[in-house]
Amino acid sequence: MDWQGQKITEQLMQLIIVAFAVIAFATGYLMASFQMMILIYAGGVVLTTLVTVPNWPFFNHHPLKWLDPSELEKHPKPQPSPNVSSKKKSVKK
Amino acid sequence: MHSFGYRANALLTFAVTILALMCAMASVSDNFNTPTPSAQVQVLNINWFQKQPNGNDEVSMTMNISADLQSLFTWNTKQVFVFLAAEYETPKNSLNQISLWDGIIPSKEHAKFWIHTSNKYRFIDQGSNLRGKEYNLTMHWHVMPKTGKMFADKIVMPGYRLPQEYR
Repeated sequence: MDWQGQKITEQLMQLIIVAFAVIAFATGYLMASFQMMILIYAGGVVLTTLVTVPNWPFFNHHPLKWLDPSELEKHPKPQPSPNVSSKKKSVKK
Repeated sequence: MHSFGYRANALLTFAVTILALMCAMASVSDNFNTPTPSAQVQVLNINWFQKQPNGNDEVSMTMNISADLQSLFTWNTKQVFVFLAAEYETPKNSLNQISLWDGIIPSKEHAKFWIHTSNKYRFIDQGSNLRGKEYNLTMHWHVMPKTGKMFADKIVMPGYRLPQEYR
């Protein structure tokens, strides 16, 4: 799953769960059935899990494009500057 | 970065949060219910009325208890606990409250009932104040929800009187 896929996954997850919550609450309220609300919501959570947790192909449509090797020649690697310094060492007898 | 486990964790956390919100809203929706319960009790007979050896008065009575508590039930109601109490005033206690009968109503279909019974619990005074005593019969109920806030209320039925003499 690429970066764009992860973003889509997160947004899709929140959208589907909230949508199912609204549908579940409305249905439960109208049918005067708390159990129905829980069942619909549970179904929504299961559906969301199946859609957004696995790494499906449609979450991989925007792969990162690495730079072409030819770019290397246009921007050569900077060479470290030579720095020659020598110190005298005094040898004691 | 994101992995299967991370995405599953995020989803379930969000789902449980939304579930808690839905339950809170279900509890709040109970406030829109306007119950109109009714109850009626007839005391058919005073079976016996005695002073105990320790000096307290005790009564046993036969009653018809009828009630319609169907309007207490909403989609969030698990059950209703209902009890019938005798309430009266004595020099010692400004409120004496003695439960005579109670029951658990599991569903709306059972909430309209008619019962012929003697008092389930003993009607004993803290003292010897019951001869000729006027008292209320009060039906209390506690609406127990599936989730959230519990409601309680009562209907007071005044005008009952015990006999002047022991039987």
